[in-house]
Amino acid sequence: MLSLTINGQSHQIDLPEDMPLLWVLRDHLNLVGTKYGCGIAQCGVCTVHVGGKPVRSCQLTIGGVGTRAVVTIEAIGQTPNGAKVQQAWMEAAVPQCGYCQAGQIMSATALLNFNPHPDDSDIDAAMAGNLCRCGTYIRIRQAIKNAAAKTA
Amino acid sequence: MADTRSSFAQSDAYLSALIREVRAAPAARALPAIGRRTLFKLAGAGAAGLVLGFRLGDAAFAAEVGNDNTAASQSLAMNAFIRIAPDNTITIYSKAPEIGQGIKTSFGVIIAEELDADWNHVVMEQADINPKVYGYQGAGGSTSIPRAWDQLRQAGAGAKAMLIAAAAELWGVDPSQITAKDSVLTHAASGRSAPYGSLAVAAANMPVPDPKSLILKTRGQYRLIGKRYRGVDDPKVVSGQPLFGIDVQLPGMVYASYTKCPAAGGKVRSFNVDEIKAQRGVLDAFALNGTGLSVEVMPGVAIIAKDTWSAFQAKDKLKVDWDLSEASTESSSQFSAEAKKIAADFPKKPDQDVGDMDKSFANAVKTAEAYYDYPFAAHVPLEPMNATAHWHDGVLEMWVPTQQPDRGLPLIAKVAGIPQENIVMHQTRVGGGFGRRLINDYTCEAAAIAQKVNAPVKLQWTREDDFSHDFYRPAGYHQFKGAIDKDGRIDAWQEHFITFTADGKKEASGANLTDNLKYSIKAPNLRRAKTMFRLKIPTGPWRAPGDNAQVFAAQSFMHELSLASGRDHVAFLLDAVNREVPELAPKDKSINFSPKRASDVIKLCAEKAGWGKTLPKGSGLGLAWCYSHAGHVAQAVELSVDANKRIKVERIVVVLDVGPVIDMAGSEAQAQGASTDALSTAIGLKITIENGRIQEQNYNAYPILRMPFAPMTIEPYFIQSDNPPTGMGEPAFPALAPALGNAIFAATGERVRRLPLRDLGYSLAI
Ligand code: FES
Ligand code: FES
Repeated sequence: MLSLTINGQSHQIDLPEDMPLLWVLRDHLNLVGTKYGCGIAQCGVCTVHVGGKPVRSCQLTIGGVGTRAVVTIEAIGQTPNGAKVQQAWMEAAVPQCGYCQAGQIMSATALLNFNPHPDDSDIDAAMAGNLCRCGTYIRIRQAIKNAAAKTA
Repeated sequence: MADTRSSFAQSDAYLSALIREVRAAPAARALPAIGRRTLFKLAGAGAAGLVLGFRLGDAAFAAEVGNDNTAASQSLAMNAFIRIAPDNTITIYSKAPEIGQGIKTSFGVIIAEELDADWNHVVMEQADINPKVYGYQGAGGSTSIPRAWDQLRQAGAGAKAMLIAAAAELWGVDPSQITAKDSVLTHAASGRSAPYGSLAVAAANMPVPDPKSLILKTRGQYRLIGKRYRGVDDPKVVSGQPLFGIDVQLPGMVYASYTKCPAAGGKVRSFNVDEIKAQRGVLDAFALNGTGLSVEVMPGVAIIAKDTWSAFQAKDKLKVDWDLSEASTESSSQFSAEAKKIAADFPKKPDQDVGDMDKSFANAVKTAEAYYDYPFAAHVPLEPMNATAHWHDGVLEMWVPTQQPDRGLPLIAKVAGIPQENIVMHQTRVGGGFGRRLINDYTCEAAAIAQKVNAPVKLQWTREDDFSHDFYRPAGYHQFKGAIDKDGRIDAWQEHFITFTADGKKEASGANLTDNLKYSIKAPNLRRAKTMFRLKIPTGPWRAPGDNAQVFAAQSFMHELSLASGRDHVAFLLDAVNREVPELAPKDKSINFSPKRASDVIKLCAEKAGWGKTLPKGSGLGLAWCYSHAGHVAQAVELSVDANKRIKVERIVVVLDVGPVIDMAGSEAQAQGASTDALSTAIGLKITIENGRIQEQNYNAYPILRMPFAPMTIEPYFIQSDNPPTGMGEPAFPALAPALGNAIFAATGERVRRLPLRDLGYSLAI
């Protein structure tokens, strides 16, 4: 039995320790906002925050989470930067198919948490692991800048 | 099962017909349109308010219309276009799949416009699949808007007419004196007004108007069409709420993986069933013979497990003894080598022969000759293929992220051996289409698996499955020859197109020379012929089928001809597109190709891009245009290239004429997204086939463009000509690659005749 803290809630989990966090979230905890895209740390759609850092949940086993708190897209709006990023995403009409956007928002929020005023190369570095097959990068960049501008 | 060769051909024939049908959608016409259509009331009274729907033909419908609250009328009500609640909330049902093209927003705007609804109180919902009520419910070929334009406007106008009729009766005034705006009706003379919600019940009892009697708005009257909108699902997208097919979770649900032969056409002899069944979390494992058709169910092994991870883990342990006797042993490098060898031999029998080629070449002042090629490509939308199915009580209930749910119905019925009426299909949001999800193979697989499982089951493909079992954009090889006359005009165009066939008779799906090029390359002497290689690997429609790569070859060679002519490229293009060559004019009146619209986008693109300006050494500006999916488009790329062949894209300009724009924010997103996709594909994407097996298995081997390489801006401009609106999903793709290649030539003097550019040593600079 493992104990995980996800979105501020403690969960007792009776699953193999080598199961990636991604599938525990999606199939066992009904938190389906975190997506599956590649399973090999190439696309970033599975990005969550673990101990405050952006992590590809397809690569992190639940045994490896330890006591670190997990935050997913479902709860990121309860953080100040998460809420700003989500708002900026809607105002800039970023999503096309939308499938990558949870991961993009998790990466962008982590960026702003560490760096409230990122420049273009900071954005490039923080977002390089998140693919968007629909090509929404221009609006993502704009939305991050708009969200940063709102950061008091 | 039929032999494999004919199975390949049969699957391909199905797909080719589907592409033809999808693309043949006529441009929207003035009323009366598309057959017999009747407005009908779905549910009349009660708290539901006014509910209106449409139906093609009206026979036998009366019995289904109910004013009561029986289950039948309620469920039908769920399939209507519009519902007006007493609290003034207006619910609009979008009939087509949302795949990222923004249709759920655009369809709402079109209906709300004619309804004069208050957009702030409109709620958009996805309609279930019911072709009897909605007619066509697919999303492909950029045809959703042109196909639905009249239907949706009539839905809105019809509901408004009934609301006005109700108010007129209540107030004892003439309907013509009542005006509608923002979900409120007003009779100015008496100072009376009422919100739609308060009139909904009365309106529901008004006679349903004849669509022909409805007066639709003129463009000058639009209040909603053409403005900028946020995506109607965006609040859910940004907060991770369940929307997509992959998000479906049902009580008691189990999870399935399905493994097919890595070489197309292989069949299961046996597999290590006992070992698989003993794996952690595995509930069952079994082989399926399927129908042997790649568009339905190919043979494979299904593993049923408690969660996706267990299904994937067990899949890794799977050892299948494949019968490869009829499987593909093809290799893409062999096709390339063979094509190169035969390209210069122009086949005896041309498909198209206009004017007198020999004479043209004899009199030519300049000639040019070149060989172009491009590779196979995969779609790989970010949501891997999946579908959920529940087989219970003789009914198959399905949740499907597909571009063609209505076309899936008969296939699923066939695979499951049940009548279509016993299939209930829910549409989910779709995490990317690009043409991949026009094919319902994975939905058919889910149906076949569900019938063997005593629970709801979600079939989940791995990304590797997705790469291995796509319907690929076919590779293509073009040998061109062109002639320039004494006035520097294009005089001859000869093209030997080497492509693929599944049946040995006609081009495989997505592998034919597109009609768009047949109209838009206008040379007074023109000859085209093709050679076809047999191919077992399935091909299919890929964003802007055919055009997506053929326009690269054609418009790059066009630039070579303009250079040969010594004239300015833009002047050369404008001259060429306006040539009168009656033999090349489209015979089908519904084809909206217009040299005038083409000229207008080329001119505006040149102007916006600063055509003719002086650029520093190592920099270049390239321009190309296309007519694709009923849109007229020109694109320009400004870039610089360094000594290491690193390309820095400075600017991309895209000018489109797709008629009036419905949602400006959404249309700009499509223009930018398609341009980005085209840049990404041109620079880096290719699928390699070795011995019938796809070599690229995940995104690490298929370098889709990432943020650091994305252009800082892509500038879209719209010429909103007074033509019926056409779709935006595809037209902004094809002309980007030739504009890019032409710019590289302008910057470096090196002609790019092959995609992806990565194979020629090019990369994008950060
Ligand atoms: S699914 Fe984890 S990075 Fe792609
Ligand atoms: S919006 Fe479709 S993948 Fe990013």
